[in-house]
Amino acid sequence: MGSVSTNLVLIDKKCRVVKKIYLKTRGQPIKAIQKGLDFLGKDLRDENIAGVGTTGSGRMLAAALLGADIIKNEITAHAIAGIKFKPEVSTIIEIGGQDSKIIILRKGIVVDFAMNTICAAGTGSFLDRQAERLGIPIEEFGSLALKSRNPVRIAGRCAVFAESDMIHKQQIGHNIEDIIKGLCEALVRNYLNNVAKGKELKDPILFQGGVAANIGIKKAFETALNRKINIPDNYDVMGAYGVAILAKEKIEQQKIKTSFRGFSSKDTSFNTSGFECMGCSNHCEIIEIRSNGRLISRWGDRCGKWNEWQNLDVI
Amino acid sequence: MRLSFPHMGNLYIPIKTFFESLGIEVVVPPLSNKETLELGVKHSPEFACLPLKVNIGNMIQALEKGANTIVMAGGGGPCRFGYYSEVQREILSDLGYDFEMIVLDPPKGNLLKLVKNIKRLIGDNSFKKIWFSARLAWKKAVLLEELDYADGMARVSKKLNKKKANNLFNYFEKEIDLTVSFDKLQCIENQMKECYHDLTPSFEPIKIGLVGEIYTVLDNFVNMDIKKKLEDWGVYVDKSISLTEWANTNLLLRLLNIHGEKNTEIAARPYLNHFVGGHGLQSVGNTVLYANKKFDGVLHVLPFTCMPEIIAKSILPAVSKKYNIPVLSLVMDEHAADIGLNTRLEAFVDLLCKRKEGMKDEILFRS
Repeated sequence: MGSVSTNLVLIDKKCRVVKKIYLKTRGQPIKAIQKGLDFLGKDLRDENIAGVGTTGSGRMLAAALLGADIIKNEITAHAIAGIKFKPEVSTIIEIGGQDSKIIILRKGIVVDFAMNTICAAGTGSFLDRQAERLGIPIEEFGSLALKSRNPVRIAGRCAVFAESDMIHKQQIGHNIEDIIKGLCEALVRNYLNNVAKGKELKDPILFQGGVAANIGIKKAFETALNRKINIPDNYDVMGAYGVAILAKEKIEQQKIKTSFRGFSSKDTSFNTSGFECMGCSNHCEIIEIRSNGRLISRWGDRCGKWNEWQNLDVI
Repeated sequence: MRLSFPHMGNLYIPIKTFFESLGIEVVVPPLSNKETLELGVKHSPEFACLPLKVNIGNMIQALEKGANTIVMAGGGGPCRFGYYSEVQREILSDLGYDFEMIVLDPPKGNLLKLVKNIKRLIGDNSFKKIWFSARLAWKKAVLLEELDYADGMARVSKKLNKKKANNLFNYFEKEIDLTVSFDKLQCIENQMKECYHDLTPSFEPIKIGLVGEIYTVLDNFVNMDIKKKLEDWGVYVDKSISLTEWANTNLLLRLLNIHGEKNTEIAARPYLNHFVGGHGLQSVGNTVLYANKKFDGVLHVLPFTCMPEIIAKSILPAVSKKYNIPVLSLVMDEHAADIGLNTRLEAFVDLLCKRKEGMKDEILFRS
């Protein structure tokens, strides 16, 4: 579950993708999950599901809703998926909705990684916003960039500056293709100077995440690096795919039964509420998830005292 | 005089003890929290680093609690911190607070000024009384560090669960804080030894060295309890900076003028051979030392826009490559949600586990 998209993947015993769905989260993560569950569960029963894993910034919430067997950060999940697709992969470029990362691997092991820090310039939501502002469907963004003959230079260091720079270029009459290509180049430049700074990008390179759909960005990477960029078949759901593999491995190795709540979760009403714990100076924001009024999960505290719900007789 | 000072970790305990034993009324600001940060952010220049903002918040909260004198540390070198006391004085005056600010600059030639300022604080107390107060405060600082270490080992070895560990830690921290006699402190030390015993983990934990800017390393509000978080995952964390060590090298040794070249500086020399302010040089040196000590990885923490640590950050990849030790730099700012931090930390620990020989895949499934 990412900031922009919520992706569900169903894999079989041989780690082949059987079904996948890419949904926009649109600020309503619970609805998105339920919609995805509805799609995946159409011709399946609860017993068909052997294990569940969640990842992404919404992994805690998704885990509570689904009953996950493993919760894993998206960096590890992307690495696992990348290795599965191309075991000899050395570099993974991943650009998602709100963040971008680089993962460096050697011989199938992650040796280094980095993620954008304070600023979200160069990520999917920024591209989305610019496409919307220019009145172009995001799907056509990349192919338009390829038509450009004379890309303009746009400052890509900061999303706010990039946007005003773009508007200025528009106002003085540059055509849309050239601006879009300029933007693609600016984002790639920003990525390479910021996220990938100081990293050695070796072949083979994989490009994952929603932005990999944008052929303009792919092209800009290839030009800037003078290397071939590979895009996996399931580039848009690689995080979900990676954690699915991890869930499968965990269930197989530890021989445990899944905690999957069942497909009926799609019709259950889930409520989230929050409060500020005044127990100490930290004032943690505690989140509670209830299903039909019953408390099913709680988190957000640093000290662990609100996690005790597991020991209470609430489920 | 109602004296106050900004927070840095649990430094307030020894400082409060020192001044209170001298008969000075001390107003401790509320422990740093969201309100502190909000106040600080509202009244500070946007481009200043997090320590300034949290400090301003602490000071406002202290003044609201009735403090009329603030002690603030000064500093030299290229780090902006040295100028913060002046900036803070101006900001607080502009807000209409009536107070006095006493700045303690590290002794650098101008010993007289420091002595004069200390004299203003300690008044007519006898030398004997000052010595006893200092001894009490110092003992507390040492005990707090012992407590921090014992608590960490209890978490890493899983001898105590998160909740029990928190309760025990809070109990001892409070005991140390409230004690006014040296003998009682000795009792607490013994009690601590009894409660925290046999803490050697039954497995070999991943070992991470924590380097970076001193305030971010020492203040758990600012670093979002990064050390405890990792320890609760079974990762051993060693802080490269400790208060007592810092005070030893920067105050005592300098006063006695036996400030020689330190191990960290020697270790950093092939990469950085110049003081760059703050702890930038130490961050580089300590990373080398951790690699030599066969640590599994190094975490580098810094506040957003911290100049000395940005220099270190750009040098660390070279050290990391040379010594084959993974380094992760984490930039701290006014984040409220810690999910982003968890993501990076978890991925880093996954990476270290995978590298560690003999580690089974199972550790990847810890969640």
